[in-house]
Amino acid sequence: MYRLSLITLLILFSFAAHAQDDLMKMLDEETEKDKKPDYATATFKTTRLINGHSIENVAAGVLDFRISHRFGYVNGGAYELWGLDEASMRLGFDYGLTRWWMIGVGRSTYQKQYDGFTKIKLLRQSSGSRSMPITLSAVGTIMYKSLKFDDPTRENYYTSNLYYSGQLLIARKFSEGISLQLMPTIVHYNLVPTEEDPNDLLSVGVGGRVKLSKRVSLNLEYYYQLPDYKFSGTTNSLAIGFDIETGGHVFQLYCTNSTGMTERTYINETTGNFFKGDIRLGFTISRVFTIKKPKV
Amino acid sequence: MKRLITFILISTVSILGFSQSVFMTRNGQVSFFSKTQMENIEGTNNEVTSMIDTSKGDIVFAVLVKSFRFEKALMEEHFNENYLESTKFPKATFQGKFTNTQSINFTKDGTYTATVEGDLTMHGVKQRQTATGTITVKNGKISAVSTFTIKLADYKIERPSLVADKISETIEIRVNCQYEPKS
Repeated sequence: MYRLSLITLLILFSFAAHAQDDLMKMLDEETEKDKKPDYATATFKTTRLINGHSIENVAAGVLDFRISHRFGYVNGGAYELWGLDEASMRLGFDYGLTRWWMIGVGRSTYQKQYDGFTKIKLLRQSSGSRSMPITLSAVGTIMYKSLKFDDPTRENYYTSNLYYSGQLLIARKFSEGISLQLMPTIVHYNLVPTEEDPNDLLSVGVGGRVKLSKRVSLNLEYYYQLPDYKFSGTTNSLAIGFDIETGGHVFQLYCTNSTGMTERTYINETTGNFFKGDIRLGFTISRVFTIKKPKV
Repeated sequence: MKRLITFILISTVSILGFSQSVFMTRNGQVSFFSKTQMENIEGTNNEVTSMIDTSKGDIVFAVLVKSFRFEKALMEEHFNENYLESTKFPKATFQGKFTNTQSINFTKDGTYTATVEGDLTMHGVKQRQTATGTITVKNGKISAVSTFTIKLADYKIERPSLVADKISETIEIRVNCQYEPKS
């Protein structure tokens, strides 16, 4: 009997303690129960690191209009106004189909090239109830050089001007200010300059950003070409620049030794030596438009 | 001994009964409006948790900042990244009391005007806040509706000069919650 009343007392106390608990504490306990994974957002400010893709997608129903410019080499001197006399550009439209899938098309003046890509987010970095250390994306690009063939007398195929690239983007947002990304890449050329050149070119890119303020970040991007899977005479692409965010625009301002703005041109056909002054100034303006409003 | 047990039983039952004075919601709605001539910004959160203890006249809210949804994806990103800094301050809370409990009968169907006073914490800043609203009791359920305004500056939410004409200095906050007895 004594034991029974003791148990009852204990139960009673536990109830009493519960009832006396702060209401806020009670709410915290309740919210703790249905905790959802906390996904990392804004690993980078925009869908491009500098030349290449970042793991970011444009949101579903959003159109991103991008205008990119590259000027000539700054070591061209005053006569070339440090490269500003020469400019090449790419116009592009990107669109978010879903939260994890975006597509885009573009046209570059360099080699009169058209390009189209699709980017899919496979994994999202998250913490909390589901833990995932990285964000993983895959990008596939097809490029078509519409520049006239060098030798029109030869039998030319349009497929000779087609190029493909596949990339995996592995990124982690380490802190509010620091994000890093790794980009293993394969580029396929249907037609290569010489018989000795490989058709499949392999490279690994590394990049990252450091936020300097809420609206400005410093970005770095470098692609290392594997020695046996590159064209001779080419150099590795290096780019350093800033992302500047102003409301609906992201303005990217950078220096790079690359001319082209698509995978095969900036990764595999860069010839400039960054440290000998073969540096081009470049900038990109991104403006987003909400085409389809999400359901709130 | 028998008497003691009876006493214990009765008090247990009374405490159990007492705990039924707590009402809760997991999908309350909190939205905010910033109106300027340049742009209207509206964010809505449909996953607000809140509790009312009718016996004490207490009311609490917990709002996950990341769960606000916007018409434009970029607004949502900027809201989290630049203004509310949701990684640093993931939650906004309100902890308050009804100041006119005597004029609200939570056990009787009807509509009552309510005034709530308490601490609103967001962006890491705690501020005293008063709000008036309407409490409707129907079939043992409570619904609460309120609209009040806050000043961004009070919560140290910066408004850079570049966007100052697009973001209002005072923000209207609307609360709409349907509570059920907490089991």
